[in-house]
Amino acid sequence: MTETQADISAEIAAIAQEYATAGVPETSVRLDYPPYRSSILRHPTRAASQVDPEELELWAPVFGQRDVDPLEADLTIQHRGEPIGERMTVTGRVTDGDGRPVRHQLVEIWQANAGGRYIHQRDQHPAPLDPNFTGTGRCLTDDDGIYRFTTIKPGPYPWRNHHNAWRPAHLHFSVFGTEFTQRLVTQMYFPGDPLFALDPIYQAVTDPAARERLVATYDHDETSHEWSLGYRWDIVLTGSHRTPFDGDVE
Amino acid sequence: MTAPTPGQTVGPFFGYALPYDGDNRLVPLGRPDAVRLHGRVLDGAGQPVPDALLELWQAAPDGTVPQAEGSLRRDGHTFTGWGRASTDRTGRYQFTTLRPGAPSSGGQPYFGITVLARGLLDRLFTRAYLPGTREDLLPPVPSDRRHTIMAEADGRGFAFDVRLQGEDETVFFDYARD
Repeated sequence: MTETQADISAEIAAIAQEYATAGVPETSVRLDYPPYRSSILRHPTRAASQVDPEELELWAPVFGQRDVDPLEADLTIQHRGEPIGERMTVTGRVTDGDGRPVRHQLVEIWQANAGGRYIHQRDQHPAPLDPNFTGTGRCLTDDDGIYRFTTIKPGPYPWRNHHNAWRPAHLHFSVFGTEFTQRLVTQMYFPGDPLFALDPIYQAVTDPAARERLVATYDHDETSHEWSLGYRWDIVLTGSHRTPFDGDVE
Repeated sequence: MTAPTPGQTVGPFFGYALPYDGDNRLVPLGRPDAVRLHGRVLDGAGQPVPDALLELWQAAPDGTVPQAEGSLRRDGHTFTGWGRASTDRTGRYQFTTLRPGAPSSGGQPYFGITVLARGLLDRLFTRAYLPGTREDLLPPVPSDRRHTIMAEADGRGFAFDVRLQGEDETVFFDYARD
């Protein structure tokens, strides 16, 4: 009983219809989204308990120059040769929900290579590994909350959610805020990907406007002549709970 | 308020990207006051989750919140209060750390935990309170679920399981904002 894309697409459409009819806006991803089969036994069924953050949760771990080498932001220089693929800059600003920049904080990314293959040993699908590409990077945001990576555009890749399932090309992002409560792990997508409608992970964000916030914008101002293309993707964390002090305010 | 960027699952392939040498050893193993925080991550069928990643965030033994860099390249002396542990094939994780102290502002000491996993579409937050914490001082959760946020004393440390779903589902927190 191999499920097809048509089966999954029908489930996605039914949930989208139910969401549109209900008229209750959602801003985040659903934990319970059965078209993503691996989520079925891995989502909490009870509502989260609302608590006021304690002192610990009003602070985030601190990362600094001791933790991150500036060269880690360039995923194209980690080996002797150049990786294959479309070289690109990916940049954007990390802010909290009140628009304040998240300064000097850690951003981590990981991704497939241009052929859609991860270096991870669990990815064994028959696309070539690139000996010049690992696909992991780190950087710290600057004084304005800006992050910037140089990498290559990842390819879409097949997975086993259902028969002939393909994920849209994406970069994984791990982002810290100024508070523990603002932790974000997400994925950045590329504009106009024809796989969006078919992908149960992307579609688990049921609100179309919220989904759109996962998609980068092509930005010609971030390109380099005869060198690289450019994408911009701003990241907004949840609002802050802490009373801002002088250092936090622009 | 600007609308936040939604989360997405950490996926199956974070294992070559997020873990790093020494990620789960907030203090060196041989340190006399080191404690072990360990447990299992289980799914709704009670099966181990071998592809989860837990992040630990905690106060120092004196109750202060660490604000020192160096979690990614530890120097063996500075307590940064933060670490990361992947689950193994049996769903087990462990941290070597220090016992968190009570904050001076009041409140009970606990381990702050972020849960990430393949199949889990967004990160989850929970807390592991120390054994012996008075129940009336725990956050307001139904009495029959309080045990899910209590670590158990275990030799030189604490045991704390995370159940993503099911009868004994761990209490996960959402931080209220006014």
